[in-house]
Amino acid sequence: MAQVFSLPRLSAADFGDALINPDLGTPEGAVGPDGFPDVQRFNVYRNNVIVSLCEALGETYPSVKALLGEEYFAALARAFIAEHRPSNPVLIWYGEEFASFLAAFPPLKAYPYLEDVARLEWAWLQSYHAKDCEVFDPAALASIPPADLGGVRFRRHPATAIVASEWPIWDLVRVNRFKDGEQSQIDLSVAQPVLIVRPEFDVDVRILEPSHAAFGVAIFSGASLGEAAETALEVDSGFTLADCLSNFLSNGALAGLQIKEPA
Amino acid sequence: MKNKAMSAAVVAGAVATAIAGLSATTSTPAHAQAKEKCYGVSLKGQNDCKAGPGTTCAGSSTVDYQGNAWTLVPKGTCVSMELPDGRKGSLTELSRDLPEA
Repeated sequence: MAQVFSLPRLSAADFGDALINPDLGTPEGAVGPDGFPDVQRFNVYRNNVIVSLCEALGETYPSVKALLGEEYFAALARAFIAEHRPSNPVLIWYGEEFASFLAAFPPLKAYPYLEDVARLEWAWLQSYHAKDCEVFDPAALASIPPADLGGVRFRRHPATAIVASEWPIWDLVRVNRFKDGEQSQIDLSVAQPVLIVRPEFDVDVRILEPSHAAFGVAIFSGASLGEAAETALEVDSGFTLADCLSNFLSNGALAGLQIKEPA
Repeated sequence: MKNKAMSAAVVAGAVATAIAGLSATTSTPAHAQAKEKCYGVSLKGQNDCKAGPGTTCAGSSTVDYQGNAWTLVPKGTCVSMELPDGRKGSLTELSRDLPEA
């Protein structure tokens, strides 16, 4: 005769909360084969979950990890995880809020560049995994009446991103993540806004002129070519639209265009 | 948009210049030539991990870091960055002498 027993009542929400927050103890209904609460097994499981998420953050943000040191990063990651439960089972999409978390974390107030370093690393990973897409063919611009060119709006290539920053974020990432160059060469007074593209299969990071970064940010947020050029001119009166456009076109940062709708 | 749009002629001229420059220097697709400019994203030994967590090398560990770590001072390899005016700083020293963000 089969043994009769009832499955314990165990809510997924309670289980999830208790996994992330050790103070909640073992959730009601998490029992062992003997029917009694199994504190030890649950602790092992909780530990594996949290450590896995810590490691995931460390692999998404290796520069931040190198800058802070293993010990500090591990503790920081735990604090982040306590407030940010995964909303998706895909680990490469875990931790988008880490940059803003760093910025708002009081003990790290003195290291404001960490936020932008994290934003660059997040953008890098998203670029790597972005879907494939044809790059915009500049020849298409030649068929547009010259008078309409100022109203042209572009679509961003899915693997393209701009990370605007007042800090030398590329130097910080280049040295701490890719082990290219020396720490002592980093000058914190240099601003390095970057363009992230993925020609073929490899993510590439290029430092942008501040005016080119302003142009790109405007274009990617829906501004027309003329509007973006004006924005860039405000940043730098020496801005040259031809050079800037050439830069974005040759880097494959754009996927297509649309003519501005008549107002 | 509060900005007065750049004159159509200026934009048209810039576009023409950009296209002419691109077609003069590239016979291959624009994104192919970009492959040459590489900053080392594919360094040996990092390929396994470059696709991020959960892809290949995210192991599972049973090591547990307990305790309140916020008394720790951030440390790491980045301890010798150059500050403006020739000042050297570590992560800890930066806190009292920061460039304006």
